[in-house]
Amino acid sequence: MTGRYASMCAVLAGAVLPAALALAEPLGLPPVPVPAANPMTPEKIALGSRLFNDKRFSSTGQVSCATCHDPDKAFTDSPRSTSEGINKLTGTRNAPTIVNAAYFAHQFWDGRSPDLEDQSQHPFMNPVEMGLPDHEPILKIVRSDPEYAVSFRHVFGVGPDAITMRHVQLAIATFERTIVAGDSPFDKYYFGGDKSAMSDEAVRGFQVFLGDGRCVSCHTIEQDHALFTDNRFHNIGVGINRIQDKVPEIAPRFIEAKTKGIDVDKAVLSDPSTSELGRFAITEGLDELGAFKTPTLRNVAVTAPFMHDGSLKSLRDVIVHYNNGGVTNKGEHVNDFLSGGIRPLNLTEDQISDLVAFMEALTSPQFSKPPLTAGKFGPPASNVKSQAPDATASRMIASAGGTP
Amino acid sequence: MNKSYSRRRLLQTAGSMAAVSVLPLTWVELAFAKSEQNFTFAYISDSHIQHIKGSQFVNNWDRGLIRSVAETNLISPQPDFVMFGGDLAQLGTRAELDHGAEMLSRLHGKQRYVMGEHDYYLDLGEYWSKLFGPQYYSFNHKGVHFIVLNSVLTTDEWTYKRWPTAEQRMLEMAGLDNPNGSPFMVGEKQRAWLADDLTGISKDTPIVVFSHSPLQKIYKGWNFWTDDAEQVQALLQPFSKVNVIYGHVHQIQYNQIGNISFNSVMATAWPWPYPQGYAQAQSMLPKLTIPMNRADPFFERDATGWQLVDVNTGRVDLNYNLYSNRSRTVAFDPKLGHPADKQFQGEAVLAPNQVHY
Repeated sequence: MTGRYASMCAVLAGAVLPAALALAEPLGLPPVPVPAANPMTPEKIALGSRLFNDKRFSSTGQVSCATCHDPDKAFTDSPRSTSEGINKLTGTRNAPTIVNAAYFAHQFWDGRSPDLEDQSQHPFMNPVEMGLPDHEPILKIVRSDPEYAVSFRHVFGVGPDAITMRHVQLAIATFERTIVAGDSPFDKYYFGGDKSAMSDEAVRGFQVFLGDGRCVSCHTIEQDHALFTDNRFHNIGVGINRIQDKVPEIAPRFIEAKTKGIDVDKAVLSDPSTSELGRFAITEGLDELGAFKTPTLRNVAVTAPFMHDGSLKSLRDVIVHYNNGGVTNKGEHVNDFLSGGIRPLNLTEDQISDLVAFMEALTSPQFSKPPLTAGKFGPPASNVKSQAPDATASRMIASAGGTP
Repeated sequence: MNKSYSRRRLLQTAGSMAAVSVLPLTWVELAFAKSEQNFTFAYISDSHIQHIKGSQFVNNWDRGLIRSVAETNLISPQPDFVMFGGDLAQLGTRAELDHGAEMLSRLHGKQRYVMGEHDYYLDLGEYWSKLFGPQYYSFNHKGVHFIVLNSVLTTDEWTYKRWPTAEQRMLEMAGLDNPNGSPFMVGEKQRAWLADDLTGISKDTPIVVFSHSPLQKIYKGWNFWTDDAEQVQALLQPFSKVNVIYGHVHQIQYNQIGNISFNSVMATAWPWPYPQGYAQAQSMLPKLTIPMNRADPFFERDATGWQLVDVNTGRVDLNYNLYSNRSRTVAFDPKLGHPADKQFQGEAVLAPNQVHY
């Protein structure tokens, strides 16, 4: 194995952009974008996996990244509406899946992090997530734990005292880049040419998705792959509808507080009203008031509940919300800042059922029920593959996961 | 949109001006001896509310107006008043004007209105006037003389004799490039009123004129045009600081003719292309104007917007709130003696897809 890893490392270390990587993507996905400054190696992936699962990085010792991004729940905490951190504290947002997060142009529902490397540092210090006062406790652990010391030296060539938070972030991000999944019935149908891969219902639902449902405008499908997200932010009438009357009061107050230096990460997760300002809290752009990131739809059927606040319980509820033109209950006031593309759709009950069937056809095989047994899950797909045909990423990850 | 712009505006509640970078604050301070005389007004225009049937209206146009109203209400401190620049309706019906007026009624504070051709040519402004008052008028505010003109009139022959029905007359004028249309004009009666209105106004009083069509000639084929523009301009030229703000063109334009600065405003409904894109006839888009970005048709609100207007030094500075796009500020530059974009000024600072004239 070592020899094969070495050859793979050589390939990966030399890679700058995905095109240069010797990757074999799951059906329906493009090459994973890997930043030049953080090349992927099997050792770094294994280290990242361990950091991801380490509960010691929380103030209570009971919460790890995997608590809310549970591999057995498609890397979410389904069926929770909003995530539960230390001491059963809950935040304001539904845990987004990490599956295929490698492809997103922004991280977090409001996109306040530009990439996985940056994102991974924040939940440790959020008071309703992992609750650390700063990153020092993490550094203390990784610098004193002998196995971490070996791993960090191996991966980054640094001694224990030279380990920084940046190293921790690089490793976690690298692990997360292995968590990609395609190969859904839809992928086999659309990209694989297997016309029997989806049910008749789902095939009809796909037409609704492209046509009357207008879904594809934001949940995009390209010619040779589909991420089901435009990587943009839209006000679709979720969350903001609850606070719309208070916006003239909340928005200026938040901007004022932000100018005075409040921690935006903490504010948006701990204050329900501020949270609903969405992307506006980050960019201060009026056209992003109440707007949240378009999530991928891959594996959506196994990550209920839905929307940034987990307020909609079923896929049918979601479609009804859109069908009503951006309100959950017909006749409610549509918020003034609604994004342009959201409008009543006039879908029939049959169309709604077909659309649900289509979304259920977006589940990758490794997340199809029944769920895998806890603890035995290895990140699914063979997205990182050595040039040797038998050294698949899944084996590599299984091996990585075995590292205590 | 531009970050500094919204931050500055929202921040004024906090009494903090520290984050300002876009607007020429020093000018504000220099403008009048008493700083309380500086003021802003908001300008919303060209919503084209369109009736389908029953209680149904074109959703996209509704949403454009609704969000511009809601955003205007967020601006703090509130603008002194809000202008609506014309073409509230698409085909001038009561249903459209009523529906539009209802949405506009949610604006906080004083509103004033300009007549557009889409409001006018069904009943020659009768119902519009019932809702919004006179079609041309003037008022004074904090040392500035404001004038509103109905610039979308045309010949009596076209208006009264050519079309069998009022509906057809409306439809003929509603088309952008319909050769059956007729050039807009202010007309003799209003020009006489204007001359009279300006009598007794001192020549150094800042003057702001609102019209729907440009009071300058840009492109006749699309009626980006007012036929008696030169005669109106002649009445205004004796004054040292004159500003004309017009809608109708659904795009950013600006120009300087003598003492008169011209600025156009955006539509909340949809963008028009620039007339030079029409290859078969020459257009006269002012050379000063740096066009706005071409709209991305995938984004319903792209290349639409509304504007907050700063009034200082007797000149108007237009801050364009643009969706899915970079906001722009077009302000009078005293060194250059004409309006100029605060950011896009010449080849060196042009965004890649801007064209410089």
